[in-house]
Amino acid sequence: MRTVQAVAWKEIQVYFSNPMAYIVGLIYLAVTGFFFVLDLGNPFPEASLTDFFQGATIMMVLLAPALTMRLLSEEQKLGTIELLLTSPVRDWEVVIGKYSASLVFLISLLAMTLYYPLLLFLFANPDPGPIYSGYLGLILYGAAALSIGILTSTLTSNQIVAFIVSAGILLLLFFGANGADVVEGIWSTLITEVSMSSHFADFDRGVVDTKHIVYFLSATAFFLFLSIRALESRRWR
Amino acid sequence: MAETATHPEQDLMIQASGLTHYYGPYPAIEDVNFGVRKGEILGFLGPNGAGKTTTMRILTGYMPPTQGQVTLGGFDVVEQSLEVRRRIGYLPETVPLYTEMPVTGYLKYMGTLRGMPARRIKQRVTEVIELCRLEDYFKTTIGKLSKGYRQRVGIAQAILHEPDVLVMDEPTIGIDPIQVVETRRLIQDLGKQQTVVLSSHILPEVSMICERVLIIHHGHIVAEDTPENLAQRLQGVEQLQVEIGGPPSEVLPILRSVPGVSQVTHRHQQDREIYQVRVQEGTDLREEISRVVVSNGWSLLSMQMMGMSLEDIFLRLTTEEET
Repeated sequence: MRTVQAVAWKEIQVYFSNPMAYIVGLIYLAVTGFFFVLDLGNPFPEASLTDFFQGATIMMVLLAPALTMRLLSEEQKLGTIELLLTSPVRDWEVVIGKYSASLVFLISLLAMTLYYPLLLFLFANPDPGPIYSGYLGLILYGAAALSIGILTSTLTSNQIVAFIVSAGILLLLFFGANGADVVEGIWSTLITEVSMSSHFADFDRGVVDTKHIVYFLSATAFFLFLSIRALESRRWR
Repeated sequence: MAETATHPEQDLMIQASGLTHYYGPYPAIEDVNFGVRKGEILGFLGPNGAGKTTTMRILTGYMPPTQGQVTLGGFDVVEQSLEVRRRIGYLPETVPLYTEMPVTGYLKYMGTLRGMPARRIKQRVTEVIELCRLEDYFKTTIGKLSKGYRQRVGIAQAILHEPDVLVMDEPTIGIDPIQVVETRRLIQDLGKQQTVVLSSHILPEVSMICERVLIIHHGHIVAEDTPENLAQRLQGVEQLQVEIGGPPSEVLPILRSVPGVSQVTHRHQQDREIYQVRVQEGTDLREEISRVVVSNGWSLLSMQMMGMSLEDIFLRLTTEEET
């Protein structure tokens, strides 16, 4: 456990001392802020974060890969992975440590958007339910997105490739539901069930359904498991 | 008393047998066997691409051999990888370091990864910084250090947790001559307590530091000897390996008396009497020796020129100091 902490702490320090993370965070905040303001421009604005959550989830398709692409690709590029993997460290400790660091950074980034609901509470009378559930959904969704980013970062020493592949997977998982109507029957159901956006929709409406929580948690566990396996396989390649 | 006779295997820190590694269809090393005693400094000498790095990576558990087995301190490198990794310090050839971290921060991180207790880390970091002469740079970000200082940081992290075995891949490559001398002295000091395995493509370097040298070429170990004997071979001495059926006590003095022979050693191997005959360079004594053997009524069972192939390899090694 101490090793996981050490790996995580090292990566957190890199996040907070690296201009790259700040630039990515800034862009994310700017774009999601734009989505928040979008609704305020309506002739009859609504005191809700629905538009913000829409934007925040779409932008996660780019944010998560940008935050995770470095984590293992760089180690492979610089060769530091050789010292890491010849230290008495288990593969899962490396993956979980790095993953935790990215999750901490993501949550602190999302915490910075809390002034939107704060503004709503100050100047209007919003329904708090969908705001709480929306944030819960956003964090669960982000956790799953980061695990996909970790997986692609484990598989390649090229950060750009890691970014593009994980963004591609996220894009498919997010907008896949839109294609569910094209096919019929079981396939349509399957696409809807696998798609991330269809599982997020309820959180946005203020519904916290265990089904969706299980979906996001098991997706996270699944991709983290694959990442650990991928790292292990480096030894055999 | 016979029960307590020491088995040489028990003193071995590292034992490798039949190591083979393929990159795709190409063998990097093939059937490599060697042992390293506790406290020994062993050098792998070979031209670039001979298979040195592959061997080191297998030793440190970074990658498994395609075939064969290595044990380190009695633990199998593949099956008990974690135990092996606890006992080694490793300096890879390129000295990969986290360039954005300061020297002490990096060393503390590596100490934690090696499972050292926090207090011990603090104490050892101060010690290795002093040992590797990094006092002036301990706060500096690694990315800003010169190659020579990065090398020192690399050595510092390798010895931080006081490992039983130190594996160093080309520890003096790419650093300036003064630092090379310092680094060699450091390795020699470390070798007094620890088992050290290092690789190099520079002959004088290996001769200076190591107690025993393995020459590796095209993935095979082609010679194994002390640096003194190797140097002698290099100084134009050729060797014949002769198997003679006759009493060694009589054969030895006769062989030694043959003109042109500089040294004869005898060993008994599986009921065979084998003689290593050193001859001066350029002289071919095969005819002379066979005549002597036959005329004494012994039987000449085999005769082989040795050391000739070594010459080729030596030519490809850097015999001069690189400056």
